[in-house]
Amino acid sequence: MKGTNIGEFEELVLLTIATLVSDAYSVAICDDLESRTGRAVKLGVVHSVLNRLEEKGLAKSKLGEATNTRGGKRKRYYTVTNAGKAALLNAKELRDQYWNIMPELSLKRI
Amino acid sequence: MKENKNDSPPKWAARLLSWYCKPELLEDLQGDLNEYFDRNVKKKGARRARWIYVADVFKFFRLYTIRKLEFINLLIQWIMLGSYIKTSSRSLVRNKLFSTINIFGLAISMTVGLILISMLSDIYSYDKFNENYSNVYRVTSRYQYLDRQDDDWYATTSLKAGKAIQESFTGYESVSIIRRGFDGDVKYDEKTVPLTGLYTDPNFFKVFTFPMIEGNPETALKNPFTAVLTEMTARKLFGDKKALGETVILNNDKEYTITGVVKDIPEFSHMHFEILASLTTREITEKESKSELAWDNVWNWWVYVLMPERPDLNGFKENLDKLSATEDPSVKNTHIEMKLQPLSEIMTGENLSNQIGRTMGSTVIWIFLSLTLVVLLSAVFNYTNLSIARALKRSKEVGIRKVIGAAKGNVLGQFVTEAVIVALLSLVSAVFLFIFLKPYFLTLNPDLQELLKLNITPTLTLYFILFAVFIGIVAGIFPALYFSKINAVQVLKGLSQVRFAGRLTTRKVLIVFQYCISLMLITGTLIMYKQYHHFLDYDLGYNTKDILNIRLQGNNPERLMKELNELPEVKAISQSGIVMSTGTYWGENMKNPNDPSDSAGVRMNRIDENYLQLHDFHLLAGRTFNFKPKDAVENEVIVNEQILKRFNIADRIPSKAIGQVVMVDRKPMTIIGVIKDFQYGRANNKSGDEVAMRYIDDKPDNLNVKFSTNDFPAFNEKIKKIWKRMDDIHQYNAELYEDQIKKGFQGLDASMKVAGFIAFLAIVIASLGMLGMVVFTTETRIKEVSIRKVLGASEGKLLYLLGKGFFLLLAIAALIALPVTYLFFEMVMLPMIANRAPIAINEMTLGVLAVLLIALIMIAIQTLKIARTNPASVLKNE
Repeated sequence: MKGTNIGEFEELVLLTIATLVSDAYSVAICDDLESRTGRAVKLGVVHSVLNRLEEKGLAKSKLGEATNTRGGKRKRYYTVTNAGKAALLNAKELRDQYWNIMPELSLKRI
Repeated sequence: MKENKNDSPPKWAARLLSWYCKPELLEDLQGDLNEYFDRNVKKKGARRARWIYVADVFKFFRLYTIRKLEFINLLIQWIMLGSYIKTSSRSLVRNKLFSTINIFGLAISMTVGLILISMLSDIYSYDKFNENYSNVYRVTSRYQYLDRQDDDWYATTSLKAGKAIQESFTGYESVSIIRRGFDGDVKYDEKTVPLTGLYTDPNFFKVFTFPMIEGNPETALKNPFTAVLTEMTARKLFGDKKALGETVILNNDKEYTITGVVKDIPEFSHMHFEILASLTTREITEKESKSELAWDNVWNWWVYVLMPERPDLNGFKENLDKLSATEDPSVKNTHIEMKLQPLSEIMTGENLSNQIGRTMGSTVIWIFLSLTLVVLLSAVFNYTNLSIARALKRSKEVGIRKVIGAAKGNVLGQFVTEAVIVALLSLVSAVFLFIFLKPYFLTLNPDLQELLKLNITPTLTLYFILFAVFIGIVAGIFPALYFSKINAVQVLKGLSQVRFAGRLTTRKVLIVFQYCISLMLITGTLIMYKQYHHFLDYDLGYNTKDILNIRLQGNNPERLMKELNELPEVKAISQSGIVMSTGTYWGENMKNPNDPSDSAGVRMNRIDENYLQLHDFHLLAGRTFNFKPKDAVENEVIVNEQILKRFNIADRIPSKAIGQVVMVDRKPMTIIGVIKDFQYGRANNKSGDEVAMRYIDDKPDNLNVKFSTNDFPAFNEKIKKIWKRMDDIHQYNAELYEDQIKKGFQGLDASMKVAGFIAFLAIVIASLGMLGMVVFTTETRIKEVSIRKVLGASEGKLLYLLGKGFFLLLAIAALIALPVTYLFFEMVMLPMIANRAPIAINEMTLGVLAVLLIALIMIAIQTLKIARTNPASVLKNE
């Protein structure tokens, strides 16, 4: 299935959603990614990725409560779905497999 | 306050976002942007934060954020277009009367629009053939004597200024100086051709794009007595022979060598010439002239400056002001101000005096534009009015469409499409009308004929179509909005009349507005017509009846006079310099005999011994000239009362002034006669000019022939034959004095005709609109009328009942229009004209009565038709 394959950035975003737990909304994800990866993360990019993840069914979202900040607009909180969890595990497993079969010397020689 | 504004993101960007964004994504996105905005305000300041916000709004314009609905809607509109066109044409055919009124009204108003568009397109294509079109400027000047500020800018400048710019200014690429008046009979071999042309320098070909076919533009006009011809002139003079290097003789006087031939001047050029002579020629011929290089002689030269790609216009203007400051002291009490005028504004800019050629001027364009707008608006109102009036019939259709699933946008689209179709149909008739009216429009005024061609080009066709579509949208948008808001349920239940009634006030206002405009235009035209006739019949102080003025064009008057005197119709003949009261002016300097330091410019004409008697001038004292041989010393002058007043000669008593000596043109002259004041300029110019009459010099310009005949054309033909025998080079050019006066008012005549025509159109359109409203109202009330009739109402009563609403509207329109027109003419227009006729009540009421009568007849016919129908045939259906 197409939906189970995720790109690198998608994976990062999904991981961030999982780590932020109940505070995973667009700006927070953006900030977290920025501080962890050290690269400039554009809000527009994060937005479109979140949108794609939701379309693929890897994440789901719901609107939070209205607050005084953000001009009274509600935040959209994201959580990882089961399919998302499967995709993350899938990706991790795939990597672990590679790490496991890789001869120790192959990286040292570089 | 300022803080607040800066602390929030720009509203328009926020609105843009909510317009394009999918509703389900919108709130979150707005919130994110707000959060970022707040952060940026703290970090980078409000200004940058607002910038970033706007940029982000545009960045979020992505496929996944835009509403998909729009595309579907567009698609639906596209699919439905065929259906719209079909239903629209059906409804057009079904309502023949309304369609005719709409199409006809729009067509005639659009014709005016088409004339305007083609006029503007012609005007704006002027001088575009110049490669340096956008970098050429003309130096214009303003003349001020003492504190008498002349508000007029002249297109001309002094030669002195031109030379100073050439020699001491920086920041320009090239300067060309042009002098008018290289006119005359040019002779080559046996052939003589009368030509008009200009003096100029070699820079002329750098500033303007007049490509040379023969000769070298660098050197062609360098040496004195060299000339450049246009292709057509060269063909006239030399036929197929090469013109380069030939010599021609001007006015049997000086020889000129042809050093170049330029391509014919494009039609849309603001200057026209047949021949160009080198400006250096004048350095030899005018060596003696003191006025040639005088600082205050700003009437004869045009100076054009070619600027570099990035001109420093302010610096140039500063230099011009400095030049004025240094040169002003050279002439007493005079200040000359100069400025630059771009080439592109010569045709369309303010109306300057002393233009090099004919120009349109912004005033005419603005007046025509506003008149066009008025007529177009009026027709558009008709459409809006009648479409909404028919709402009752169409609203069911809209209701059903909505029930089936049409959105607001679909209904809007349908009605706009319908209006555009009507506009396009109107365009077809408008184009035919345009082609039909074009020659009449152009012949309104010889200026128009020279200036405009009004040819339909492909670009113009495109403009026409765009114009029609635009008009369609403007006309259709209000009815469309109205229909799109209709509530389907209410309409289908038959409750729409409630809302429908509320709309009546707007429509009443529109009708009143239309009639106001029509009434203003018609009364305005009548007032102008009255003025026009007043000026034609104005008592000039002398007689102009049955006098034929023949332009001598350099011929010897004696021979012609001798032959003319043999004609039995000729009563008397005199000679004169100019024909007065037609807008030509001659001036001369006169000195006060009592106070030698007091001198003034006075108006002047040269006349012979028969002139005063022939024109019935009123001689207050003294005598007229005696015949003088050509070489006699000029020492006599005849003056009018104003001169006595101006110089306070002989206590202003005419009989005592005889014998006094005044200095005219630096020559002492004895006053031999005093004539009563008369009108020297046109009748609409101020009276009371100081006029001196001098004896004719050896070449008078005009012969004034007093005649008495019943068959003027035959008489004119006879003179023409005599002329032909004497002079086969120049065209016979003679006009009745009264026709020449009429010609002086051509401008007024033309604007009167245009205003009259537009007034006529406005009345037609307003009447059509009124007709539509009357038909509609009477038809919807037909049952009420029938019931009233059955109950015993008389036809007169019914007429009153149906018509009173409209009568009231007309009365309101008249009450608004009349005072406004009166005040406009009394306060604004007429005070600018001297010797005007007063506004009479009858010309105001005449127009109103005519318009109201048309409206009343229309209302009466239509209501009577309804009132006379057999009530049984209407009511039996119930």
